[in-house]
Amino acid sequence: MKNSFFCRFRKDLKRNWILYLMVLPVLLYFILFHYWPMYGIQLAFKDYNVKKGIWGSAWVGLQHFQRFFSSYNFRNLVANTLGISLYSLLAGFPIPIFFALMLNYLRNRFLKKAVQMVSYAPYFISTVVICGMIYIFTNRDTGIFNTFRALFGLETVDFLSKPEWFKSIYVWTGVWQDMGWNSIIYISALAGVDMEMHEAAIVDGATKLQRMFHIDLPSIKPTVIMLLILRLGSMMNVGFEKVFLLQNSLNKPSASVISTYVYEVGLVQSDYGYSTAVGLFNTLINVALLLGANGLCRKIADESLF
Amino acid sequence: MQKQIREIRQKRLSTDRIFDIVNLFLMMILLAVFVWPLWFMLIASFSDPIEVWAGNVLLLPRKITPVAYERLLQYKMIWAGYANTLFYTAVGTALNMVLTVCCAYPLSRRDFMARKLLLGLFMFTMYFSGGLIPAYIVVRKLGLIDSRLAMILPGAVSVYNMLVMRSFFQNSIPDELREAATLDGANSAQYLVRVVLPLSKAVLAVVGLYYGVAHWNDFYNALIYLYDEKLFPLQSFLRNLLMSSKLTVGSVGESMSPAEVEALTKLEQTLKYSVIIVSVLPVLCVYPFIQKFFVKGVMVGSVKG
Repeated sequence: MKNSFFCRFRKDLKRNWILYLMVLPVLLYFILFHYWPMYGIQLAFKDYNVKKGIWGSAWVGLQHFQRFFSSYNFRNLVANTLGISLYSLLAGFPIPIFFALMLNYLRNRFLKKAVQMVSYAPYFISTVVICGMIYIFTNRDTGIFNTFRALFGLETVDFLSKPEWFKSIYVWTGVWQDMGWNSIIYISALAGVDMEMHEAAIVDGATKLQRMFHIDLPSIKPTVIMLLILRLGSMMNVGFEKVFLLQNSLNKPSASVISTYVYEVGLVQSDYGYSTAVGLFNTLINVALLLGANGLCRKIADESLF
Repeated sequence: MQKQIREIRQKRLSTDRIFDIVNLFLMMILLAVFVWPLWFMLIASFSDPIEVWAGNVLLLPRKITPVAYERLLQYKMIWAGYANTLFYTAVGTALNMVLTVCCAYPLSRRDFMARKLLLGLFMFTMYFSGGLIPAYIVVRKLGLIDSRLAMILPGAVSVYNMLVMRSFFQNSIPDELREAATLDGANSAQYLVRVVLPLSKAVLAVVGLYYGVAHWNDFYNALIYLYDEKLFPLQSFLRNLLMSSKLTVGSVGESMSPAEVEALTKLEQTLKYSVIIVSVLPVLCVYPFIQKFFVKGVMVGSVKG
C-alpha cells in the first residue's frame, strides 16, 4: 500500500515536476511565515527568556492563562470585543441587504450606477485615513457633528474622548465604509431572481413592497444565511487597526479589545509569554466559533466551508 | 368586476409611486452620505484655512488657495513616505502576483497529486495562526526587522486571493485547451503563460487590485516591524499627522505672536485635508477602471470548489 503510494508520487513528480517546482517557493513561504510561528505558540505555556530561546525557556503551565482570566480587565476586554462585534453585526449585516433590495428597484439607471460606484469607494480607503476623517468630523470645534449640534443649540461633545460614544463611532463608520462593498454579493444574487415570478405577481396586483418581501427576499435567503453564519464564525475578530487608531486614554474603558491588548502587553511591555497566551485564547475561541458556525451552516443550508 | 380590478390596479400604482419616491429620496441621501465626506476633504484642502476653521466651507470651496499643498510640499517626510509606499506597492504586488499564480495554478490542476494536501495546508493558516508575538519572533530571527522586506515578505501570499484565482482557473478555463496545448508539445509552464494567463485578465486585475490596495493602505506591518523612520510608508506618517494635535510643520518659534500661532494651527488643520487627498488620490484614480471587474471578482470568490 505504502509502496504503491510512493510509486504514484514518484510518477507524479516526474510527470508534473513543473507544478512541484512552481509551488515550492509558496510552500517555503507558508512554512517560514505561517507554520514556523506556530512553533512559537508554546510560549503561551512558558516563561520566555531571550537568552534561552523559545525551546529552552522554562515551562510554567497554565500560569499565563490564569493570570489573564483573573486580571481585572479580562471581563472588560471580552465584553468590549463581543459588544463591538455584536453591534457591528446588528447594524452592519442587515443594512447591505436592505440597500441592495432598494437599489434593485431604483428606476433611474444613471442614479443606480452612480450610487453603486460611490458606495464601493470607501472600502478602498485606508483605515488610517478613515480614522483621520473621524478625528476631523468629530472635532469639538470644527467637526460637522458639533457644527450641527451647535446649530440646534445643543452642547458640543468631544466624541472621541467619551467611552459611551466609542462603539457607535466604530460601528457606524464601519457601516459607511463597508455597506456598498458588502452589498455587491446581494446585488448579483438579486439579478438572478426569476423575472417570471415578478410578472406573475404584478398580474396578481402585488405592490413593489410586497414583491420585495415575498419574492426577492426569499430568493436571496440562502445567500443571506450563508453570509450570516460566516459572520457569526468571526465574532471574536475585531480588527486591530481601527480600534488601535481610535483609542486614547480617555475612551479606553470601552476601546480596548483583545487584539489591542495582545499588542500592548506583547510589543509595548514585551511580556511575550502572556501576550501569546492571550492571543492563543482568542484564536481558539475563533476556531471554535467557526467550527460551530460551519456545522450550523451544514445543517441549515446544506452548505459548508470545509 | 372590471371596475374592481381597475381600482386594485389604481391602488397598486399609487402605492408603487410612493415607494418609488421614497426610494429615490433615500438613494439621493445615501449618495450624499457617501460623496460628501470625500468632497468636503477636497474643497477644504483648497480653501482658505480661516474660512474652513470658521465652518464656512460646506458645499463649495471658499477663497481658493493652494497654500495647504504648498505647505505639504515642504513636509519632506510625507514625500519620503510616499516614495517608500510606491516601492512597497510595486515590488510587493509584483511578488504577490507571481507567487499567487504559482500557487493557484498547480492547485487548480485536478491531476496534481499534492493538490489536496497543499490546499489543506494553506487553508489551515486562514483560520489558525501563531499570533502576533510568535510571528514577530520569526521575523526578527530572519533578520527582517527594520528592513524593506518586512513590508513585503510576511504577506507574500493571501490565501483568500489565491482561492479566488484558483477557482477562476478551475471553472472558467476549459480542460480541452490544455489537451490541445499538450498535443502541440507545450509543457505546463508554457501553457500557463501563453494560454491561461491571457485568458484570465479579469481575475488578474481584481486580485492585483486587492493586493495593490492592501499594500498602499498597509499600516500594521510598519507598526510592528519598522522602527526606522526612513523606511516608514505613507500611512505611518499619515497617522502621525492626522492623529496628533501637535503642530508638525515648522515648530512654533518663541518669537511668534499668538495670532501667528493661531494662523499656523488653522493651516495645520487644512494640511490634514490636503494630505488625505494626496494619499487617496492614486487609489481613487485606478478605481473607476477596475470597478467593472469587482462584481466578477466577488462572485468568483464566493464559488468554492
